[in-house]
Amino acid sequence: MSELNGLRIADRKHIGLAEMLKGGVIMDVTNADQAKIAEQAGAASVMALERVPADIRRDGGVARMASVKKIKEIQTCVTIPVMAKARIGHFVEAQILEALAVDYIDESEVLTPADEHFHIDKFAFRIPFVCGARDLGEALRRIGEGAAMIRTKGEAGSGNIVEAVRHMRALVTGIRRLTTLGPEEMMTEAKTLGAPYELVRWVSQNGRLPVPNFSAGGIATPADAALMMQLGAEAVFVGSGIFKSTDPERRARAIVQATTHYKDADVLARVSEELGDAMVGLETSKLAEKELLQTRGW
Amino acid sequence: MKIGVLALQGDFALHAKALARVGAEAVEVRKPGELDAVGGLIIPGGESTTLLHLMDEWEFFPAIEKFHAAGRPLFGTCAGCIVLAREVERPRQFSLGLIDVTVERNAYGRQRESFEAHGVAILDGEPTAMEMVFIRAPRIARMGPGVETLARHGGDAVLARQGSVLVGTFHPELTENTAVHRYFARMVETSR
Repeated sequence: MSELNGLRIADRKHIGLAEMLKGGVIMDVTNADQAKIAEQAGAASVMALERVPADIRRDGGVARMASVKKIKEIQTCVTIPVMAKARIGHFVEAQILEALAVDYIDESEVLTPADEHFHIDKFAFRIPFVCGARDLGEALRRIGEGAAMIRTKGEAGSGNIVEAVRHMRALVTGIRRLTTLGPEEMMTEAKTLGAPYELVRWVSQNGRLPVPNFSAGGIATPADAALMMQLGAEAVFVGSGIFKSTDPERRARAIVQATTHYKDADVLARVSEELGDAMVGLETSKLAEKELLQTRGW
Repeated sequence: MKIGVLALQGDFALHAKALARVGAEAVEVRKPGELDAVGGLIIPGGESTTLLHLMDEWEFFPAIEKFHAAGRPLFGTCAGCIVLAREVERPRQFSLGLIDVTVERNAYGRQRESFEAHGVAILDGEPTAMEMVFIRAPRIARMGPGVETLARHGGDAVLARQGSVLVGTFHPELTENTAVHRYFARMVETSR
């Protein structure tokens, strides 16, 4: 059990697995063939899904945890960690994923929420959780519930990086601001953020989150991945961006290279050549509030 | 003294911090040319398939072989241990073969089976107590006669050395204890 300022947070071995994924790309896959392509392209992990977010958006209906059969099929065909999504608040889906021994559970806004008020008590599980966040308060609430990794949400399935940028900037600015405050300001700040006081104090002292912070939701090109890394992401999740493009294998390799060499424009230019077409993408400012996935989560 | 940390993927930043705590200057290495400036190299934890892919793409294999042949020390943790081993099993995969051990990948299971343990390492004859964090860890299943065990967990060697190559299946960089990094820094210091 790990503690910060006396507050329980996720176990060191679970935060540690997120540390091992840093500088890497976690790719959404919907079957064994895609999982193998992802692994061969250099993915650090795969996320097992029934449908990629772009298809969830197009098809509508209730989006649930992937089928057990599909998750097992993907687990047997790759050696890298396999993650899977559970609906927000659906702790029984999480129990099933724990029984399957997936390596990380993503309590995800991409699926239809199962609880409109509460997230999962993540300390009740022997496997780690990653949760989405749009700002510092949301990130610290999830860490307080036991998340071992945070990913900024972006807007999944949009192929548009603008929301991912907004959320990463909000988080980084929020952290930087905390470091400028005095001890007498901490309690009011915790109240304003809706976040645990101990975590607010820790972030103020350390200038970072106590768990790794990755980026998700809208990454479609190598340049998008490098942009998020330069803005402070420590790794990236790519959902629809790879398998909704015209040449997934080449794009996957290019995004892996771009995430490692994110500060090297010559490498970025080289890997961005001859990629085929990116996924089409959506203008997120034209989406109605109820069509946004990022507003799910409390 | 400059020590490189292979910064292609994995927890390289934590290794750099640990090196700084023992007074060494850590240099992130993303291209083979950057090896010329460092006296030793840490290959961090991460995903070995991802590391191999990125190392191959940038022709790191001949560069690290040359680095080793010049007598400059290497330290691999977890994925780094897998990359440096003579043989890798489950599944069989390419490795550099710079230390005479056979390593089994994910030998203790998936993340649910990851664990922490207390252990003692013998570093320069000194017993040193340390916490050991094992994450989807590999296991050293066979050791050649030239390989020295520096720490054990259960019946298995978890920290081992052959000449200028040090490997560990756990993650000292995840704890506050810097003894292993200090030991490696001394290996680099004395190799010059």
